[in-house]
Amino acid sequence: MGDHHHGPAKGITRWLTTTNHKDIGTMYLWFSFAMFLLGGAFAMVIRAELFQPGLQLIEPAFFNQMTTMHGLIMVFGAIMPAFVGLANWMIPLMIGAPDMALPRMNNWSFWILPFAFAILASSFFMEGGAPNFGWTFYAPLSTTYAPPSVTFFIFGVHILGLSSIMGAINIAATVMNMRAPGMTYMKMPLFVWTWFITAYLLIAVMPVLAGAVTMMLMDIHFGTSFFSAAGGGDPVLFQHIFWFFGHPEVYIIILPGFGVVSQVIPTFSRKRLFGYDSMVYATASIAFLSFIVWAHHMYTVGMPVAGELFFMYATMLIAVPTGVKVFNWISTMWRGAMTFETPMLFAIGFVVLFTMGGFTGLMLAIAPADFQYHDSYFVVAHFHYTMVAGAIFSMTCAVYYWLPKWCGRMYNETLGKTQFWVSFVGFNLTFFPQHFVGLAGMPRRIPDYALQFADFNLMSSVGAFIYGASQLLFLYNVVATIVAGEPVEKEQVWEGAEGLEWTVASPAPYHTFTTPPDVK
Amino acid sequence: MATESTGDYETYYVPEKSWLAFSATIGLVLGIYGAASVLNEKTFGDGITSSSVYMLSVGAAILAVTLYSWFSTVIQENRAGMNSAQLKHSYALGMQWFIFSEVMFFFAFFGALFYVRMLAGPWLAGGGEGGAMNALLWQGYEFSWPMASTPQESVGGAGAQLIANNGSFSSPHAFVDPWHLPLYNTLLLLSSSVTVHFAHVALKQGQRSRFNWWLGGTLLLGFAFVLLQIEEYYEAYTELGLTLESGIYGSTFFMLTGFHGFHVCLGAFMLGIQWLRSVRGGHFTADDHFGFEASSWYWHFVDVVWIGLFLFVYII
Repeated sequence: MGDHHHGPAKGITRWLTTTNHKDIGTMYLWFSFAMFLLGGAFAMVIRAELFQPGLQLIEPAFFNQMTTMHGLIMVFGAIMPAFVGLANWMIPLMIGAPDMALPRMNNWSFWILPFAFAILASSFFMEGGAPNFGWTFYAPLSTTYAPPSVTFFIFGVHILGLSSIMGAINIAATVMNMRAPGMTYMKMPLFVWTWFITAYLLIAVMPVLAGAVTMMLMDIHFGTSFFSAAGGGDPVLFQHIFWFFGHPEVYIIILPGFGVVSQVIPTFSRKRLFGYDSMVYATASIAFLSFIVWAHHMYTVGMPVAGELFFMYATMLIAVPTGVKVFNWISTMWRGAMTFETPMLFAIGFVVLFTMGGFTGLMLAIAPADFQYHDSYFVVAHFHYTMVAGAIFSMTCAVYYWLPKWCGRMYNETLGKTQFWVSFVGFNLTFFPQHFVGLAGMPRRIPDYALQFADFNLMSSVGAFIYGASQLLFLYNVVATIVAGEPVEKEQVWEGAEGLEWTVASPAPYHTFTTPPDVK
Repeated sequence: MATESTGDYETYYVPEKSWLAFSATIGLVLGIYGAASVLNEKTFGDGITSSSVYMLSVGAAILAVTLYSWFSTVIQENRAGMNSAQLKHSYALGMQWFIFSEVMFFFAFFGALFYVRMLAGPWLAGGGEGGAMNALLWQGYEFSWPMASTPQESVGGAGAQLIANNGSFSSPHAFVDPWHLPLYNTLLLLSSSVTVHFAHVALKQGQRSRFNWWLGGTLLLGFAFVLLQIEEYYEAYTELGLTLESGIYGSTFFMLTGFHGFHVCLGAFMLGIQWLRSVRGGHFTADDHFGFEASSWYWHFVDVVWIGLFLFVYII
């Protein structure tokens, strides 16, 4: 220290030893994209097997491993780290901080991840194969009947949780303590707000997940009976604990996406965000409600009627703050001077498709109706509208929006728009028909199906391959931009953009805001 | 929108680079890979191999050395005056959020306890809408807490009922008397929270030797607590027949008290480090002693958890 270092260290040690929020953000983003491709490859295997009825390519046991690992890798390896990477890059820039509050711990949160997923992936080569009990790992499938690799899965989840908690603590401390003078809470960009609330959710529920897998570990190796009725425990207890984690988890996944879209839509509508305050309160309400709706995942498992009613009404209540958000986004666009660059296309695609996912969620919330939809492809269609068209679309949107700021070069707009339309068509072709097969009774997590579902499944598979190909286009576009994109000279990359991140040079220097700006 | 700040501003110290995080990762990953191998060899294999134990030990050692070096680095930075008030506040926030995450970890186990006692247990015995389940699967099972018999025992053992065949769960013949060891432990831990507060007051008044004595006393109370807890476990296993395998009662009893005991050890370890820092190194001043303050927050937290345990695990 003392003398100012303006550049990073050289070679691989730069990445192993870095404390710089931009370096760490970059590592998170690339890691999550690698995991996205791996989880996507598993999805391709699943869709290839389901291309036609009957067993063609893989054994049912391996199919189960594919669905399990696809879910685990996408949730914990792709979406969550992608948004943490985005938080690392953008939050200090948006609030005028020199770095994250706890820079060394920041690096630890990242480096745990590649190793945790290496352990998880290594379970494919273990006796009995990889985890095959679904990404929700319900007991007793994940205890009494689990392959031995479950132990590695449990410890993997433990250290993933450690990474998430440390990452979230860092983000919460940064938001609370590192804002530039004058930046009050209600002046923070909405992306920062949504991440602050997400960080709170993460710190609240990741330890509960750790508790759940610890109980599994004890049941498997030390003779306890948390999830065994023979000893007085209850397998349903697992589902309660899991979903107490799992439901806030889905908001952990989507809230930062809400934040991204709330930055992008005002920029390309050239208007201020409509209803900023109500956006903040809506986000907080969603976070609060997420703690009291978990059992809507468990209507058919056996619950007193009073419980079903409580969870049904509480769940339907979530539509209110979510509706506030959707109306605010639309009102922001209303009479705006709109242009449709790639980030805006993904943001609008997000609003349309996520709203559909929200509506199917409302259908699933209705307990008596859910008895028919439960465990069918309708559920698969619903949550892919929120996870893919919600989280992944908003993430892609964020990459296109801030890429010029990150690398100082502009992406190819034609290619970007092409990628959007290919993704949009591929995505809907994949998942829209799944609503129909689900309502008609096709169960999820099976490698074979009845003949009457053949046509829709064929469409789904074709759509999935198109969607998969569109991600290679995305990769190509990003790499081509970094290597040879048109340099952008201005700080203000987008005409209508507001915020501190657009006051620093493009590409953003290695160290920014070492002296905080004054925010008026 | 923004201009360069003109006011007084202390630079926020951002370390240039550090091997600590990567080294801690290597230790952590080796350790858990070794631990998972050990457990799998114990449960599914032909016995624990020395290579797994070796891996676990090496990983744990690397992690321990790294964390030692990490914390000493942070302490040295602070003593060298590199930490601005703002940075110190970041550490305080980090600790507060960490304690919140610990609260939620215990919440999961308390939740399991309440769910079993209030809902799942009575249902197994035919209460609520569980009548058919009791008649068809667990005939004759009656629920009580502490649990006098397991459903498996009620139907005549693991062989008698297909879905009971995943372990052997035998109920204890007696239960821990809350008004004996647990009561002593409650008194020990509650008074240790008071003594650590006195230590804090002494430190804020700049009275070093009083601080050292009160903190030393807190540590002794903590050690006494752990010793009594070991005694209680020993009696449970040898005299009461209460073990991890005593059905859900034993499971919740040992997991809740065990994790709490582990946290007491961790808290005592943290306070012990602060005691050594003060006694041997003369660290801490009246207005700069966050290492001690954070440890004392943690100590109060394990105390509060104990009150929950004493009420809901032992008494009620």
